[in-house]
Amino acid sequence: MSALISARGIAIRFGGVVAADGVSLDVFAGDHLAIIGPNGAGKTTFLNICTGYLKPQGGTVQFKGRDILGSSPRAITRLGIARAFQIPQLFLEQSVRENMLIAAASQARRFAPFARLADIPERGDVEHLLALVDCADVADRKAGELPEGKRKLVDIALALALKPEVLLMDEPTSGVASSEKFTIMDTLVAALRERAVTAVFVEHDMEMVSRYANRVAVWSAGTISRQGPPAEVLNDPEVVRTVIGG
Amino acid sequence: MATNSSLRLALLAVAALVAVAYPIVSGSSGSFLTIVWAKALPVLGIILLLQAGQVSFGHAMFFAVGAYTIGFVGRAMAGGELVLLLVAAAFASLLAGLLVGVFVVRYRYIFFGMLNLAFSMVLFSMLEKFIHVTGGSDGLRIARPTILGEAMGRAQYETILYYVSLAILALALYGGARFLDSPLGHALKAIKSNETRVEYLGISARLVLLVAYVASAVLAGLGGALVGAIQGIATPDYAYWVRSGEFVFVAILGGTGHVAGALAGAFVYEFIRSSAAAYVGDTWQMTLGIVLLAVILFAPRGIVGMAADLWGRLTGGSARAEPAPEEADAPDAPAREPRPLRIVGGGR
Repeated sequence: MSALISARGIAIRFGGVVAADGVSLDVFAGDHLAIIGPNGAGKTTFLNICTGYLKPQGGTVQFKGRDILGSSPRAITRLGIARAFQIPQLFLEQSVRENMLIAAASQARRFAPFARLADIPERGDVEHLLALVDCADVADRKAGELPEGKRKLVDIALALALKPEVLLMDEPTSGVASSEKFTIMDTLVAALRERAVTAVFVEHDMEMVSRYANRVAVWSAGTISRQGPPAEVLNDPEVVRTVIGG
Repeated sequence: MATNSSLRLALLAVAALVAVAYPIVSGSSGSFLTIVWAKALPVLGIILLLQAGQVSFGHAMFFAVGAYTIGFVGRAMAGGELVLLLVAAAFASLLAGLLVGVFVVRYRYIFFGMLNLAFSMVLFSMLEKFIHVTGGSDGLRIARPTILGEAMGRAQYETILYYVSLAILALALYGGARFLDSPLGHALKAIKSNETRVEYLGISARLVLLVAYVASAVLAGLGGALVGAIQGIATPDYAYWVRSGEFVFVAILGGTGHVAGALAGAFVYEFIRSSAAAYVGDTWQMTLGIVLLAVILFAPRGIVGMAADLWGRLTGGSARAEPAPEEADAPDAPAREPRPLRIVGGGR
Protein backbone atom coordinates (compact mmCIF):
# COMPACT_ATOMS: atom_id res chain seq x y z
CA MET A 1 0.00 0.00 0.00
CA SER A 2 1.45 3.38 -0.95
CA ALA A 3 1.27 6.30 1.44
CA LEU A 4 -1.10 9.23 1.02
CA ILE A 5 1.15 11.58 2.94
CA SER A 6 4.79 10.72 3.05
CA ALA A 7 7.21 12.81 5.10
CA ARG A 8 10.92 12.12 4.82
CA GLY A 9 13.77 13.48 6.90
CA ILE A 10 11.89 16.48 8.27
CA ALA A 11 14.17 18.76 10.25
CA ILE A 12 13.05 21.97 11.91
CA ARG A 13 14.30 23.95 14.86
CA PHE A 14 13.09 27.09 16.55
CA GLY A 15 16.17 28.86 17.87
CA GLY A 16 17.77 26.27 20.10
CA VAL A 17 14.70 24.03 20.27
CA VAL A 18 14.81 21.04 17.94
CA ALA A 19 11.24 20.11 17.06
CA ALA A 20 12.11 17.58 14.39
CA ASP A 21 15.43 16.05 13.49
CA GLY A 22 15.02 13.72 10.54
CA VAL A 23 11.42 12.68 11.08
CA SER A 24 9.96 10.27 8.55
CA LEU A 25 6.32 9.32 8.77
CA ASP A 26 3.79 7.80 6.38
CA VAL A 27 0.03 8.22 6.47
CA PHE A 28 -1.81 5.49 4.60
CA ALA A 29 -5.28 5.67 3.09
CA GLY A 30 -7.87 4.72 5.70
CA ASP A 31 -5.49 5.34 8.58
CA HIS A 32 -6.68 6.73 11.86
CA LEU A 33 -3.22 7.68 12.97
CA ALA A 34 -2.65 9.14 16.43
CA ILE A 35 0.49 11.13 17.08
CA ILE A 36 1.40 11.15 20.75
CA GLY A 37 4.34 12.55 22.64
CA PRO A 38 5.39 14.86 25.45
CA ASN A 39 4.28 18.50 25.41
CA GLY A 40 6.38 20.63 23.13
CA ALA A 41 7.76 17.65 21.22
CA GLY A 42 6.76 19.02 17.81
CA LYS A 43 3.49 17.28 17.06
CA THR A 44 1.59 20.42 16.09
CA THR A 45 4.64 21.58 14.15
CA PHE A 46 4.26 18.45 12.03
CA LEU A 47 0.65 19.42 11.22
CA ASN A 48 1.82 22.96 10.44
CA ILE A 49 4.41 21.59 8.02
CA CYS A 50 2.01 19.21 6.30
CA THR A 51 -0.44 22.07 5.71
CA GLY A 52 2.13 24.56 4.45
CA TYR A 53 2.03 26.91 7.43
CA LEU A 54 5.67 26.25 8.33
CA LYS A 55 8.57 25.33 6.13
CA PRO A 56 11.10 22.93 7.61
CA GLN A 57 14.83 23.47 7.23
CA GLY A 58 15.17 20.04 5.68
CA GLY A 59 13.22 17.08 4.35
CA THR A 60 10.35 16.46 1.94
CA VAL A 61 6.60 16.00 2.24
CA GLN A 62 4.62 14.36 -0.53
CA PHE A 63 0.89 14.00 -0.94
CA LYS A 64 -0.01 11.17 -3.30
CA GLY A 65 3.47 11.34 -4.76
CA ARG A 66 3.38 15.07 -5.30
CA ASP A 67 5.78 17.37 -3.50
CA ILE A 68 3.81 19.81 -1.32
CA LEU A 69 6.57 21.51 0.65
CA GLY A 70 6.53 25.20 -0.19
CA SER A 71 2.86 25.18 -1.18
CA SER A 72 0.54 27.53 0.70
CA PRO A 73 -2.10 26.32 3.18
CA ARG A 74 -4.68 27.33 0.58
CA ALA A 75 -3.13 25.24 -2.19
CA ILE A 76 -2.73 22.25 0.10
CA THR A 77 -6.33 22.56 1.26
CA ARG A 78 -7.37 22.52 -2.39
CA LEU A 79 -5.43 19.29 -2.88
CA GLY A 80 -7.55 17.57 -0.25
CA ILE A 81 -5.81 17.98 3.09
CA ALA A 82 -8.00 19.77 5.62
CA ARG A 83 -7.06 20.85 9.09
CA ALA A 84 -8.85 21.29 12.40
CA PHE A 85 -7.22 23.32 15.13
CA GLN A 86 -6.44 22.84 18.80
CA ILE A 87 -7.78 26.31 19.49
CA PRO A 88 -10.86 26.62 17.26
CA GLN A 89 -10.37 29.02 14.35
CA LEU A 90 -13.83 30.31 13.52
CA PHE A 91 -15.39 33.44 12.09
CA LEU A 92 -16.64 34.68 15.42
CA GLU A 93 -18.88 37.45 14.13
CA GLN A 94 -20.78 35.20 11.75
CA SER A 95 -23.35 32.54 12.56
CA VAL A 96 -22.32 28.91 12.82
CA ARG A 97 -24.32 28.14 9.70
CA GLU A 98 -22.61 30.95 7.80
CA ASN A 99 -19.23 29.63 8.91
CA MET A 100 -20.14 26.24 7.48
CA LEU A 101 -21.67 27.62 4.30
CA ILE A 102 -18.49 29.60 3.55
CA ALA A 103 -16.50 26.37 3.76
CA ALA A 104 -19.01 24.50 1.59
CA ALA A 105 -19.11 27.32 -0.97
CA SER A 106 -15.33 27.30 -1.12
CA GLN A 107 -15.24 23.53 -1.62
CA ALA A 108 -17.76 23.72 -4.47
CA ARG A 109 -16.15 26.94 -5.78
CA ARG A 110 -19.38 28.86 -5.65
CA PHE A 111 -18.34 32.47 -5.84
CA ALA A 112 -20.93 34.12 -8.06
CA PRO A 113 -20.94 37.66 -6.66
CA PHE A 114 -24.70 38.09 -6.37
CA ALA A 115 -25.88 34.60 -5.41
CA ARG A 116 -27.09 34.21 -1.83
CA LEU A 117 -24.79 32.23 0.43
CA ALA A 118 -27.80 30.76 2.22
CA ASP A 119 -29.14 29.32 -1.06
CA ILE A 120 -26.12 27.37 -2.29
CA PRO A 121 -26.97 23.79 -3.31
CA GLU A 122 -24.64 22.44 -0.60
CA ARG A 123 -26.83 23.79 2.20
CA GLY A 124 -28.41 20.37 2.83
CA ASP A 125 -24.95 18.93 3.29
CA VAL A 126 -24.15 21.67 5.78
CA GLU A 127 -27.25 20.92 7.85
CA HIS A 128 -26.33 17.25 7.82
CA LEU A 129 -22.82 18.00 9.06
CA LEU A 130 -24.13 20.33 11.76
CA ALA A 131 -26.46 17.61 12.99
CA LEU A 132 -23.60 15.13 12.90
CA VAL A 133 -21.45 17.18 15.26
CA ASP A 134 -24.46 17.98 17.43
CA CYS A 135 -24.48 21.68 16.58
CA ALA A 136 -27.80 21.97 14.72
CA ASP A 137 -29.31 23.71 17.75
CA VAL A 138 -26.74 26.53 17.66
CA ALA A 139 -26.64 26.99 13.87
CA ASP A 140 -28.12 30.49 14.02
CA ARG A 141 -25.92 31.73 16.84
CA LYS A 142 -22.74 33.66 16.25
CA ALA A 143 -19.69 31.43 16.50
CA GLY A 144 -18.28 33.86 19.06
CA GLU A 145 -21.16 33.14 21.43
CA LEU A 146 -20.58 29.39 21.61
CA PRO A 147 -18.97 27.61 24.55
CA GLU A 148 -15.52 26.19 23.91
CA GLY A 149 -16.68 22.60 23.38
CA LYS A 150 -19.13 23.56 20.66
CA ARG A 151 -16.57 25.76 18.96
CA LYS A 152 -14.26 22.80 18.79
CA LEU A 153 -16.93 20.74 17.04
CA VAL A 154 -17.74 23.49 14.57
CA ASP A 155 -14.03 23.77 13.85
CA ILE A 156 -13.90 20.09 12.90
CA ALA A 157 -17.15 20.36 10.94
CA LEU A 158 -15.64 23.25 8.94
CA ALA A 159 -12.78 20.99 7.90
CA LEU A 160 -15.22 18.19 7.02
CA ALA A 161 -17.27 20.55 4.88
CA LEU A 162 -14.24 20.76 2.61
CA LYS A 163 -14.73 17.05 1.79
CA PRO A 164 -11.06 16.30 2.41
CA GLU A 165 -9.22 13.11 1.65
CA VAL A 166 -7.10 13.59 4.74
CA LEU A 167 -8.17 15.38 7.90
CA LEU A 168 -5.48 16.55 10.31
CA MET A 169 -6.82 17.23 13.79
CA ASP A 170 -5.02 18.80 16.70
CA GLU A 171 -6.39 17.38 19.97
CA PRO A 172 -9.94 17.08 18.62
CA THR A 173 -11.62 16.72 22.01
CA SER A 174 -9.54 18.95 24.25
CA GLY A 175 -11.89 21.48 25.76
CA VAL A 176 -14.89 19.23 25.21
CA ALA A 177 -16.61 18.07 28.41
CA SER A 178 -15.33 14.60 29.30
CA SER A 179 -18.88 13.27 29.54
CA GLU A 180 -19.40 14.10 25.85
CA LYS A 181 -15.97 13.17 24.52
CA PHE A 182 -16.72 9.62 23.56
CA THR A 183 -20.15 10.28 22.09
CA ILE A 184 -18.64 12.96 19.91
CA MET A 185 -15.66 10.88 18.86
CA ASP A 186 -17.94 7.93 18.09
CA THR A 187 -19.99 10.03 15.68
CA LEU A 188 -16.91 11.74 14.30
CA VAL A 189 -15.11 8.48 13.58
CA ALA A 190 -18.28 7.02 12.07
CA ALA A 191 -18.50 10.09 9.82
CA LEU A 192 -14.86 9.72 8.81
CA ARG A 193 -15.46 6.07 7.91
CA GLU A 194 -18.64 6.87 6.02
CA ARG A 195 -16.80 9.46 3.94
CA ALA A 196 -13.64 7.40 3.67
CA VAL A 197 -11.58 10.21 5.18
CA THR A 198 -8.11 9.37 6.36
CA ALA A 199 -7.43 10.97 9.73
CA VAL A 200 -4.38 12.05 11.67
CA PHE A 201 -4.85 13.34 15.16
CA VAL A 202 -2.51 14.70 17.76
CA GLU A 203 -3.72 13.43 21.12
CA HIS A 204 -2.78 13.49 24.79
CA ASP A 205 -5.60 11.35 26.07
CA MET A 206 -4.44 7.71 25.88
CA GLU A 207 -7.95 6.41 26.33
CA MET A 208 -8.93 8.21 23.15
CA VAL A 209 -5.88 6.85 21.37
CA SER A 210 -6.50 3.23 22.29
CA ARG A 211 -10.15 3.54 21.40
CA TYR A 212 -10.02 5.38 18.08
CA ALA A 213 -6.60 4.99 16.49
CA ASN A 214 -5.58 2.05 14.36
CA ARG A 215 -1.98 3.21 14.39
CA VAL A 216 0.09 5.23 16.83
CA ALA A 217 3.29 7.19 16.25
CA VAL A 218 5.30 8.39 19.21
CA TRP A 219 6.97 11.76 18.68
CA SER A 220 9.75 12.21 21.16
CA ALA A 221 12.95 14.27 21.24
CA GLY A 222 12.60 15.32 17.61
CA THR A 223 12.13 11.84 16.16
CA ILE A 224 9.48 9.17 15.78
CA SER A 225 10.68 6.82 18.46
CA ARG A 226 8.09 4.13 17.93
CA GLN A 227 5.08 3.37 15.75
CA GLY A 228 2.60 0.55 15.39
CA PRO A 229 -0.81 -0.66 16.55
CA PRO A 230 -2.05 1.00 19.77
CA ALA A 231 -2.08 -2.21 21.78
CA GLU A 232 1.63 -2.70 21.19
CA VAL A 233 2.84 0.87 21.37
CA LEU A 234 0.89 1.94 24.43
CA ASN A 235 2.20 -1.04 26.40
CA ASP A 236 5.82 -0.51 25.46
CA PRO A 237 7.64 0.18 28.75
CA GLU A 238 9.78 2.89 27.14
CA VAL A 239 6.70 4.70 25.80
CA VAL A 240 4.95 4.35 29.13
CA ARG A 241 7.98 5.89 30.86
CA THR A 242 8.61 8.83 28.50
CA VAL A 243 5.17 9.74 27.20
CA ILE A 244 2.33 8.34 29.20
CA GLY A 245 4.05 8.68 32.53
CA GLY A 246 3.39 6.05 35.08
CA MET B 1 -41.66 38.47 11.16
CA ALA B 2 -43.57 38.64 7.88
CA THR B 3 -45.41 41.79 8.94
CA ASN B 4 -42.13 43.25 10.11
CA SER B 5 -40.43 42.77 6.75
CA SER B 6 -43.46 43.94 4.78
CA LEU B 7 -43.57 47.04 6.98
CA ARG B 8 -39.93 47.60 6.21
CA LEU B 9 -40.61 47.15 2.51
CA ALA B 10 -43.46 49.66 2.71
CA LEU B 11 -41.18 52.21 4.39
CA LEU B 12 -38.57 51.64 1.71
CA ALA B 13 -41.20 52.17 -0.99
CA VAL B 14 -42.33 55.43 0.65
CA ALA B 15 -38.73 56.67 0.87
CA ALA B 16 -38.15 55.79 -2.78
CA LEU B 17 -41.35 57.54 -3.77
CA VAL B 18 -40.35 60.69 -1.86
CA ALA B 19 -36.93 60.65 -3.49
CA VAL B 20 -38.44 60.26 -6.96
CA ALA B 21 -41.18 62.86 -6.40
CA TYR B 22 -38.96 65.47 -4.72
CA PRO B 23 -37.81 67.47 -7.79
CA ILE B 24 -41.33 67.40 -9.25
CA VAL B 25 -43.09 68.50 -6.06
CA SER B 26 -40.51 71.02 -4.85
CA GLY B 27 -39.94 72.45 -8.31
CA SER B 28 -36.24 72.70 -7.57
CA SER B 29 -33.61 70.58 -9.29
CA GLY B 30 -32.61 69.10 -5.91
CA SER B 31 -28.92 69.71 -6.33
CA PHE B 32 -28.30 69.24 -2.58
CA LEU B 33 -29.75 65.75 -2.80
CA THR B 34 -27.89 65.02 -6.04
CA ILE B 35 -24.65 65.60 -4.14
CA VAL B 36 -25.90 63.30 -1.39
CA TRP B 37 -26.67 60.50 -3.87
CA ALA B 38 -23.32 60.94 -5.59
CA LYS B 39 -21.24 61.14 -2.42
CA ALA B 40 -22.92 58.09 -0.92
CA LEU B 41 -21.24 56.00 -3.66
CA PRO B 42 -17.61 56.27 -2.47
CA VAL B 43 -18.85 55.89 1.11
CA LEU B 44 -20.48 52.62 0.10
CA GLY B 45 -17.11 51.57 -1.30
CA ILE B 46 -15.47 52.33 2.05
CA ILE B 47 -18.16 50.31 3.82
CA LEU B 48 -17.43 47.32 1.58
CA LEU B 49 -13.74 47.40 2.54
CA LEU B 50 -14.61 47.87 6.21
CA GLN B 51 -16.36 44.49 6.13
CA ALA B 52 -12.88 43.00 5.89
CA GLY B 53 -11.68 45.36 8.63
CA GLN B 54 -9.64 47.47 6.20
CA VAL B 55 -9.81 51.27 6.09
CA SER B 56 -8.64 53.11 2.99
CA PHE B 57 -7.45 56.68 3.50
CA GLY B 58 -6.93 57.14 -0.21
CA HIS B 59 -10.20 56.47 -1.99
CA ALA B 60 -10.40 60.06 -3.16
CA MET B 61 -7.94 58.97 -5.85
CA PHE B 62 -10.67 56.98 -7.57
CA PHE B 63 -13.11 59.82 -7.00
CA ALA B 64 -10.66 62.03 -8.92
CA VAL B 65 -10.11 59.37 -11.60
CA GLY B 66 -13.85 59.39 -12.25
CA ALA B 67 -14.14 63.17 -12.39
CA TYR B 68 -11.04 63.71 -14.56
CA THR B 69 -12.08 60.89 -16.88
CA ILE B 70 -15.34 62.60 -17.78
CA GLY B 71 -13.41 65.87 -18.09
CA PHE B 72 -10.87 64.43 -20.53
CA VAL B 73 -13.28 62.27 -22.50
CA GLY B 74 -15.80 65.10 -22.63
CA ARG B 75 -13.12 67.51 -23.91
CA ALA B 76 -12.00 65.03 -26.56
CA MET B 77 -15.59 64.58 -27.72
CA ALA B 78 -16.46 68.29 -27.50
CA GLY B 79 -18.93 67.88 -24.64
CA GLY B 80 -19.68 64.23 -25.00
CA GLU B 81 -22.60 62.08 -24.04
CA LEU B 82 -23.43 61.52 -20.34
CA VAL B 83 -24.05 57.78 -20.64
CA LEU B 84 -20.74 57.29 -22.45
CA LEU B 85 -18.90 59.50 -19.97
CA LEU B 86 -20.22 57.52 -17.02
CA VAL B 87 -19.25 54.22 -18.64
CA ALA B 88 -15.78 55.63 -19.32
CA ALA B 89 -15.47 56.79 -15.69
CA ALA B 90 -16.52 53.38 -14.39
CA PHE B 91 -14.05 51.66 -16.69
CA ALA B 92 -11.16 53.99 -15.82
CA SER B 93 -11.73 53.61 -12.08
CA LEU B 94 -12.00 49.85 -12.51
CA LEU B 95 -8.59 49.82 -14.19
CA ALA B 96 -7.11 52.15 -11.58
CA GLY B 97 -8.63 50.02 -8.80
CA LEU B 98 -7.12 46.89 -10.26
CA LEU B 99 -3.72 48.51 -10.67
CA VAL B 100 -3.52 49.96 -7.17
CA GLY B 101 -5.44 47.06 -5.65
CA VAL B 102 -2.91 44.45 -6.72
CA PHE B 103 -0.39 46.22 -4.48
CA VAL B 104 -2.47 47.26 -1.51
CA VAL B 105 -4.38 44.01 -0.89
CA ARG B 106 -1.09 42.49 0.21
CA TYR B 107 -1.17 44.74 3.28
CA ARG B 108 -3.46 45.04 6.26
CA TYR B 109 -4.63 47.65 8.75
CA ILE B 110 -2.40 50.72 9.13
CA PHE B 111 -0.21 49.66 6.20
CA PHE B 112 -3.24 49.21 3.97
CA GLY B 113 -4.60 52.60 5.00
CA MET B 114 -1.31 54.46 4.57
CA LEU B 115 -0.42 52.82 1.27
CA ASN B 116 -3.76 53.96 -0.12
CA LEU B 117 -3.05 57.43 1.20
CA ALA B 118 0.34 57.43 -0.49
CA PHE B 119 -1.08 56.40 -3.86
CA SER B 120 -3.77 59.08 -3.64
CA MET B 121 -1.24 61.79 -2.82
CA VAL B 122 0.89 60.77 -5.78
CA LEU B 123 -2.15 61.27 -7.99
CA PHE B 124 -2.92 64.58 -6.26
CA SER B 125 0.59 65.90 -6.99
CA MET B 126 0.42 64.74 -10.59
CA LEU B 127 -2.89 66.52 -11.08
CA GLU B 128 -1.38 69.68 -9.59
CA LYS B 129 1.95 69.60 -11.43
CA PHE B 130 1.07 68.51 -14.96
CA ILE B 131 -0.58 71.84 -15.64
CA HIS B 132 -0.65 71.48 -19.43
CA VAL B 133 -2.65 68.29 -19.26
CA THR B 134 -4.74 68.69 -16.12
CA GLY B 135 -5.05 72.44 -15.76
CA GLY B 136 -3.15 72.29 -12.48
CA SER B 137 -4.84 73.65 -9.39
CA ASP B 138 -7.33 75.56 -11.55
CA GLY B 139 -8.76 72.22 -12.48
CA LEU B 140 -10.32 70.79 -15.59
CA ARG B 141 -13.57 72.21 -16.85
CA ILE B 142 -16.30 69.68 -17.48
CA ALA B 143 -18.63 70.88 -20.21
CA ARG B 144 -22.28 69.95 -20.01
CA PRO B 145 -22.68 66.75 -22.03
CA THR B 146 -25.66 65.75 -24.10
CA ILE B 147 -27.99 63.17 -22.62
CA LEU B 148 -28.98 60.42 -25.06
CA GLY B 149 -28.11 62.82 -27.86
CA GLU B 150 -30.23 65.71 -26.54
CA ALA B 151 -28.62 69.01 -25.57
CA MET B 152 -30.00 70.18 -22.23
CA GLY B 153 -30.73 73.48 -20.53
CA ARG B 154 -29.20 73.95 -17.10
CA ALA B 155 -32.32 73.19 -15.00
CA GLN B 156 -33.27 70.21 -17.11
CA TYR B 157 -29.72 68.89 -16.99
CA GLU B 158 -29.63 69.13 -13.20
CA THR B 159 -32.96 67.38 -12.85
CA ILE B 160 -31.77 64.54 -15.04
CA LEU B 161 -28.50 64.31 -13.09
CA TYR B 162 -30.62 64.01 -9.95
CA TYR B 163 -32.42 60.98 -11.32
CA VAL B 164 -29.33 59.43 -12.85
CA SER B 165 -27.48 59.73 -9.52
CA LEU B 166 -30.46 58.38 -7.63
CA ALA B 167 -30.76 55.41 -9.98
CA ILE B 168 -27.05 54.61 -9.82
CA LEU B 169 -27.07 54.84 -6.02
CA ALA B 170 -30.18 52.66 -5.74
CA LEU B 171 -28.57 50.04 -7.97
CA ALA B 172 -25.31 50.26 -6.05
CA LEU B 173 -27.03 49.88 -2.67
CA TYR B 174 -29.00 46.90 -3.91
CA GLY B 175 -25.96 45.35 -5.56
CA GLY B 176 -23.84 46.04 -2.46
CA ALA B 177 -26.37 44.35 -0.18
CA ARG B 178 -26.59 41.35 -2.51
CA PHE B 179 -22.80 41.14 -2.70
CA LEU B 180 -22.42 41.16 1.08
CA ASP B 181 -24.95 38.34 1.31
CA SER B 182 -23.11 36.24 -1.28
CA PRO B 183 -20.39 33.66 -0.56
CA LEU B 184 -17.82 36.24 -1.62
CA GLY B 185 -19.27 38.88 0.69
CA HIS B 186 -19.29 36.49 3.61
CA ALA B 187 -15.71 35.50 2.85
CA LEU B 188 -14.89 39.22 2.94
CA LYS B 189 -16.36 39.50 6.45
CA ALA B 190 -14.50 36.34 7.42
CA ILE B 191 -11.19 38.03 6.58
CA LYS B 192 -11.90 40.47 9.39
CA SER B 193 -12.31 37.82 12.06
CA ASN B 194 -9.86 35.12 10.96
CA GLU B 195 -7.84 35.44 7.80
CA THR B 196 -5.80 32.33 8.61
CA ARG B 197 -8.89 30.17 8.57
CA VAL B 198 -10.04 31.77 5.33
CA GLU B 199 -6.86 30.47 3.70
CA TYR B 200 -7.30 27.10 5.40
CA LEU B 201 -10.70 26.86 3.73
CA GLY B 202 -8.98 27.13 0.36
CA ILE B 203 -10.01 30.75 -0.22
CA SER B 204 -7.54 33.42 -1.31
CA ALA B 205 -8.08 36.30 1.10
CA ARG B 206 -6.15 38.62 -1.21
CA LEU B 207 -8.32 37.79 -4.18
CA VAL B 208 -11.52 38.31 -2.20
CA LEU B 209 -10.22 41.64 -0.94
CA LEU B 210 -9.17 42.61 -4.47
CA VAL B 211 -12.70 42.02 -5.78
CA ALA B 212 -14.11 44.25 -3.03
CA TYR B 213 -11.38 46.80 -3.65
CA VAL B 214 -12.08 47.07 -7.37
CA ALA B 215 -15.81 47.34 -6.67
CA SER B 216 -15.15 50.12 -4.16
CA ALA B 217 -12.92 51.90 -6.70
CA VAL B 218 -15.68 51.79 -9.33
CA LEU B 219 -18.19 53.16 -6.81
CA ALA B 220 -15.81 55.99 -5.88
CA GLY B 221 -15.14 56.67 -9.57
CA LEU B 222 -18.84 56.93 -10.40
CA GLY B 223 -19.34 59.20 -7.41
CA GLY B 224 -16.52 61.46 -8.59
CA ALA B 225 -17.87 61.52 -12.14
CA LEU B 226 -21.33 62.55 -10.93
CA VAL B 227 -20.01 65.25 -8.59
CA GLY B 228 -17.80 66.49 -11.42
CA ALA B 229 -20.79 66.60 -13.76
CA ILE B 230 -22.84 68.51 -11.19
CA GLN B 231 -20.11 71.04 -10.40
CA GLY B 232 -18.82 71.33 -13.96
CA ILE B 233 -15.21 71.09 -12.90
CA ALA B 234 -12.64 68.59 -11.63
CA THR B 235 -9.84 69.90 -9.40
CA PRO B 236 -6.87 68.20 -7.71
CA ASP B 237 -8.81 68.61 -4.45
CA TYR B 238 -10.90 65.67 -5.61
CA ALA B 239 -7.89 63.44 -4.87
CA TYR B 240 -6.74 65.20 -1.70
CA TRP B 241 -6.40 63.14 1.49
CA VAL B 242 -8.93 65.29 3.34
CA ARG B 243 -11.58 64.06 0.96
CA SER B 244 -10.51 60.46 1.51
CA GLY B 245 -10.86 61.09 5.21
CA GLU B 246 -14.28 62.56 4.62
CA PHE B 247 -15.48 59.29 3.04
CA VAL B 248 -14.28 57.31 6.05
CA PHE B 249 -15.83 59.90 8.38
CA VAL B 250 -19.19 59.65 6.62
CA ALA B 251 -19.06 55.83 6.67
CA ILE B 252 -18.56 55.78 10.45
CA LEU B 253 -21.22 58.43 10.89
CA GLY B 254 -23.75 56.44 8.86
CA GLY B 255 -22.85 53.04 10.27
CA THR B 256 -20.53 50.48 8.76
CA GLY B 257 -22.66 47.40 9.44
CA HIS B 258 -25.09 47.97 6.58
CA VAL B 259 -25.01 49.41 3.05
CA ALA B 260 -27.71 51.90 4.05
CA GLY B 261 -25.10 53.53 6.28
CA ALA B 262 -23.63 55.13 3.15
CA LEU B 263 -26.88 56.91 2.34
CA ALA B 264 -27.71 57.88 5.93
CA GLY B 265 -24.19 59.15 6.54
CA ALA B 266 -23.98 61.14 3.30
CA PHE B 267 -27.35 62.74 3.94
CA VAL B 268 -26.61 63.79 7.52
CA TYR B 269 -23.10 64.93 6.62
CA GLU B 270 -24.21 67.15 3.75
CA PHE B 271 -27.14 68.41 5.79
CA ILE B 272 -24.95 69.45 8.72
CA ARG B 273 -22.39 70.92 6.40
CA SER B 274 -24.82 73.08 4.45
CA SER B 275 -26.97 74.17 7.39
CA ALA B 276 -24.08 74.75 9.77
CA ALA B 277 -22.37 76.79 7.09
CA ALA B 278 -25.53 78.84 6.69
CA TYR B 279 -26.22 79.47 10.37
CA VAL B 280 -22.93 79.36 12.24
CA GLY B 281 -20.52 80.58 9.62
CA ASP B 282 -17.14 78.93 9.47
CA THR B 283 -17.69 76.45 12.27
CA TRP B 284 -19.22 73.61 10.27
CA GLN B 285 -16.15 71.47 10.74
CA MET B 286 -16.43 71.86 14.51
CA THR B 287 -20.11 70.95 14.38
CA LEU B 288 -19.30 67.84 12.34
CA GLY B 289 -16.52 66.93 14.75
CA ILE B 290 -18.86 67.10 17.72
CA VAL B 291 -21.46 65.02 15.88
CA LEU B 292 -18.88 62.36 15.05
CA LEU B 293 -17.64 62.29 18.64
CA ALA B 294 -21.21 61.81 19.84
CA VAL B 295 -21.79 59.03 17.32
CA ILE B 296 -18.62 57.16 18.28
CA LEU B 297 -19.30 57.51 22.00
CA PHE B 298 -23.02 56.88 22.10
CA ALA B 299 -23.92 55.08 18.87
CA PRO B 300 -20.88 53.13 17.69
CA ARG B 301 -22.97 51.44 15.01
CA GLY B 302 -23.74 54.80 13.43
CA ILE B 303 -27.04 56.29 12.35
CA VAL B 304 -28.19 53.02 10.81
CA GLY B 305 -27.45 51.15 14.04
CA MET B 306 -29.36 53.76 16.01
CA ALA B 307 -32.30 53.44 13.63
CA ALA B 308 -32.23 49.65 13.95
CA ASP B 309 -32.37 49.92 17.76
CA LEU B 310 -35.25 52.34 17.55
CA TRP B 311 -37.01 50.10 15.04
CA GLY B 312 -36.57 47.12 17.35
CA ARG B 313 -38.09 49.04 20.24
CA LEU B 314 -41.01 50.28 18.14
CA THR B 315 -41.90 46.89 16.69
CA GLY B 316 -41.34 45.28 20.09
CA GLY B 317 -39.17 42.55 18.65
CA SER B 318 -35.46 42.09 19.00
CA ALA B 319 -34.96 43.16 15.40
CA ARG B 320 -31.47 44.36 16.12
CA ALA B 321 -29.11 44.07 13.23
CA GLU B 322 -26.17 43.33 15.45
CA PRO B 323 -25.43 43.57 19.16
CA ALA B 324 -23.36 46.52 20.30
CA PRO B 325 -19.69 45.61 20.81
CA GLU B 326 -19.93 45.66 24.60
CA GLU B 327 -22.72 43.10 24.58
CA ALA B 328 -20.51 40.51 22.96
CA ASP B 329 -18.75 40.23 26.30
CA ALA B 330 -21.84 39.31 28.28
CA PRO B 331 -21.09 37.28 31.44
CA ASP B 332 -21.85 33.88 29.91
CA ALA B 333 -20.09 34.62 26.64
CA PRO B 334 -16.59 33.22 26.37
CA ALA B 335 -13.72 35.67 26.51
CA ARG B 336 -12.56 37.18 23.26
CA GLU B 337 -9.64 35.42 21.70
CA PRO B 338 -6.34 37.02 20.88
CA ARG B 339 -5.21 37.48 17.29
CA PRO B 340 -5.60 34.20 15.43
CA LEU B 341 -2.29 34.24 13.60
CA ARG B 342 -0.40 33.58 16.80
CA ILE B 343 -2.60 30.70 17.82
CA VAL B 344 -1.89 28.54 14.80
CA GLY B 345 1.78 28.17 15.52
CA GLY B 346 1.24 27.71 19.25
CA GLY B 347 1.02 24.52 21.23
CA ARG B 348 3.64 22.50 19.47
